Amino acid sequence: MSVGQATAHDAARLHVTGQARYVDDIPAPKGTLSLAFGLCEIARGRIAAMDIAAVRAAPGVVAVLVAGDLPAANDVSPSVHDEPLLAEGEVFYLGQPLFLVVAETHLAARKAARLGVVSYEELPAILTIDDALAADSRFEGGAVIWQQGDASSALAGAPRQVQGQIEIGGQEHFYLEGQAALALPQEGGDMVVHSSTQHPTEIQHKVAEALALPMHAVRVETRRMGGGFGGKESQGNALAVACAVAARATGRPCKMRYDRDDDMVITGKRHDFRIAYRAGFDDEGRVLAVDFTQYARCGWAQDLSLPVCDRAMLHADNAYYLPAVRIESHRLKTHTQSATAFRGFGGPQGMVGIERVMDHIAHALGKDPVDVRRLNFYAAPADGAGMRISDKVKPQETPYGQPVEDFELHGMVEALLASSDYAPRRAAIAEWNAANPILKKGIALTPVKFGISFTLTHLNQAGALVHVYQDGSIHMNHGGTEMGQGLFQKVAQVAAQAFGVGLEAVKITATDTAKVPNTSATAASSGSDLNGMAVKAACETIRDRMAEHLAELHQTKPEEVEFEGGEVRIGSTKLPFAEAAQECYQGRVSLSATGFYKTPKITWDRVKGRGRPFFYFAYGAAVTEVVIDTLTGENRILRADILHDAGASLNPALDIGQVEGGYVQGAGWLTTEELVWDGKGRLRTHAPSTYKIPACGDRPDVFNVALWDAQNREETIYRSKAVGEPPLMLGISALMALSDAVAACGGPSSSEAIGQQGPYPALDAPATAERVFRAVQRVQA
Amino acid sequence: MIQVSTTINGDEHQFVCDPRETLLDVLRDRLGLTGAKEGCGTGDCGACTVEIGGRPVCSCLMLGAEAEGKEITTVEGIADGEDLHPLQVNFIKHAALQCGICTPGILVATKALLEENPNPTETEVRYWLAGNLCRCTGYDKIIRAVMETAAEMRENA
Repeated sequence: MSVGQATAHDAARLHVTGQARYVDDIPAPKGTLSLAFGLCEIARGRIAAMDIAAVRAAPGVVAVLVAGDLPAANDVSPSVHDEPLLAEGEVFYLGQPLFLVVAETHLAARKAARLGVVSYEELPAILTIDDALAADSRFEGGAVIWQQGDASSALAGAPRQVQGQIEIGGQEHFYLEGQAALALPQEGGDMVVHSSTQHPTEIQHKVAEALALPMHAVRVETRRMGGGFGGKESQGNALAVACAVAARATGRPCKMRYDRDDDMVITGKRHDFRIAYRAGFDDEGRVLAVDFTQYARCGWAQDLSLPVCDRAMLHADNAYYLPAVRIESHRLKTHTQSATAFRGFGGPQGMVGIERVMDHIAHALGKDPVDVRRLNFYAAPADGAGMRISDKVKPQETPYGQPVEDFELHGMVEALLASSDYAPRRAAIAEWNAANPILKKGIALTPVKFGISFTLTHLNQAGALVHVYQDGSIHMNHGGTEMGQGLFQKVAQVAAQAFGVGLEAVKITATDTAKVPNTSATAASSGSDLNGMAVKAACETIRDRMAEHLAELHQTKPEEVEFEGGEVRIGSTKLPFAEAAQECYQGRVSLSATGFYKTPKITWDRVKGRGRPFFYFAYGAAVTEVVIDTLTGENRILRADILHDAGASLNPALDIGQVEGGYVQGAGWLTTEELVWDGKGRLRTHAPSTYKIPACGDRPDVFNVALWDAQNREETIYRSKAVGEPPLMLGISALMALSDAVAACGGPSSSEAIGQQGPYPALDAPATAERVFRAVQRVQA
Repeated sequence: MIQVSTTINGDEHQFVCDPRETLLDVLRDRLGLTGAKEGCGTGDCGACTVEIGGRPVCSCLMLGAEAEGKEITTVEGIADGEDLHPLQVNFIKHAALQCGICTPGILVATKALLEENPNPTETEVRYWLAGNLCRCTGYDKIIRAVMETAAEMRENA
């Protein structure tokens, strides 16, 4: 059995010896040129004049391209053709590429790119959510509204209400390998592109458009990325297209990698949101109605903002049954980087909204927020293990009408509360806070219910190509990309399992648009669900052909042929797999097959906001304990306990890695990772010196992570669950724990009677030291 | 252009470089040692870490010309031929890497730590690695791998 084993990442040995090749490590042919963009210096306006004579004259410069020099389409948008590679007269954000420098070296290109003299007719820039609302600057005409039940009358009739709003900052991906591409011109005008991308097919598509070629003339290869996190779903288009057009123009190979500062200034980030809420509830804390207004700052181009905002709406319930709900979503167009995909794809922002509501309700009632959360959980499925509801119940529906048939959180939260010693620790924290005026502690449990599938239904498909060679070695290829998550290893385990051979028999190969066409982005956590199934299908096709031939040869039935332990058992005969492959080859059996998979059961009407957008849900829960210094706002995570649902894990070592990394990245998003734009629209946090991602010292002192032992109720690849994005949202518990610590500065502990509470902290995210400090000041005032 | 003589991973090297060229660019572009990575180019992320005279150094902050007469170890020089260093073995065993691009710098930095301090506390490891960013793992498995390596190396010393 290779499936389910905690094997190491397929390239682990290459990584620890420094041999793993990323795009910038591929030995480039002699004469390869390097590229850099000249960038716009204002947020909005028109280019009055662009003098690039000094750029052309700079040492090492081979060519400088402007929009008019492009051979065909000037567009790198993944959606609606609104994103020119190089600006055409109008400029829309500070950092927008204006011209492309092609030079002998990376440094020469970068230095020359600074020499452009551009004058602008500046126009007033729309930078913030308030600016955009005032100017009615938005995508999709007006707000999108989905509702279930009559939220406004339910709110009016509710015994109690809270209302408020939360600002939720964006997030820079900070993949440690910056964006990179290498284009190699071929005979007859064809192009081969190596790209650090989550979406090779889209790179192929955009390069073909830019060169006015059919897609068959462009081949894109991606062996690995040094991190993606959604930031390489569409943001690599510009580099790949730039390399391709420069390679076409010069006839030489062209490479482009963004310097870190350029990367942060040019590329999109997680959408920042403001979520306003009104919630009505009863005296127990049971939610009767919620009204959310979500404002998303989408930046200058549409990119993937509409599905991101949809997913924020689709996660406005998180794990809670909301009998009446209204969600209004504003997709605001601003003169800033075009916000893009980032792990969770809007889901995290939507989830922060409802978690904030739960926290606020608990504060208003003076209850432990865990009790309020559990009270509002979706009902457990009728056969559910660990369920708390004794009666058989019909599954409750999400606000968009999908029955929640697989709700795991009752049992998971009960187990996590016990394993994390939640109740005694909460009591100890209350004692600590009563005794310590300066350092205050807080604790919070937050759950995650995350919908798995692309909401754009047609993307839920995948292909694979598998060859068995006559020596029994296996070549495996599929449409998914490797960005560190261990997808290739998991899928190789599936292939090894199918043929009953060891993992060493399976060669993992780079994603290649010439091997598997029309792939979807490796995104939406779907990588192993989709590609694992496609590879399994391909392997089974070959295996069935082999079984049929071998059965005939050895005078038995195909059902009597078994592949296990590196051998093929044919009735009473046993052959090593390699000999079996040789026999099949001799018998003229095709040992190559494609495989295909499409996710079943999903239907989605995005206009109405109704249907079953998700095949299933992945669950998780985290308990985080923090301490804050009330004099400075400085804070630390002391302990985190996590229980996460990866179904029947394909590889527990890789899955736990995703959970730990996701939690830390999520906690970073909501605590230290602050993006700051100045009044001119200039991103002031464009390097790790000013943008703080979690470092080694920020890891919780105590970090207990476990997987929930349960199979996926749906028929996924070996009953596993997707695990890429969901754990990021476990980090919400850090924000809520900080809120709990701040609340402790304001009055009696939450076990005290209603009405003696201090004011609600209303902590915005990221809860930086400054924000925590100001919140402490507010509640102490 | 400047001619530079240096020792890298035990082998003597001579190269010619621009006086403004960083050691990182020399290693990657002139010597084909692409194990060290450029994560930020400003000495904040540690992906380009190499060991010089027993100390971890950000090779993006050092000029190639400054390597004259120095002894440099890069990630390519940590293993003894096919035999991996215990740190490399434990990074694989503990799944202490994902995308792998911070791994070379972290291995070089921790190797230097264990040479200086064979018995570090967990806190000492964390602070030693404060300048090596990892965006994937959340660091827990990295710390576990380093602590186990230190214990093993002490036993075998």
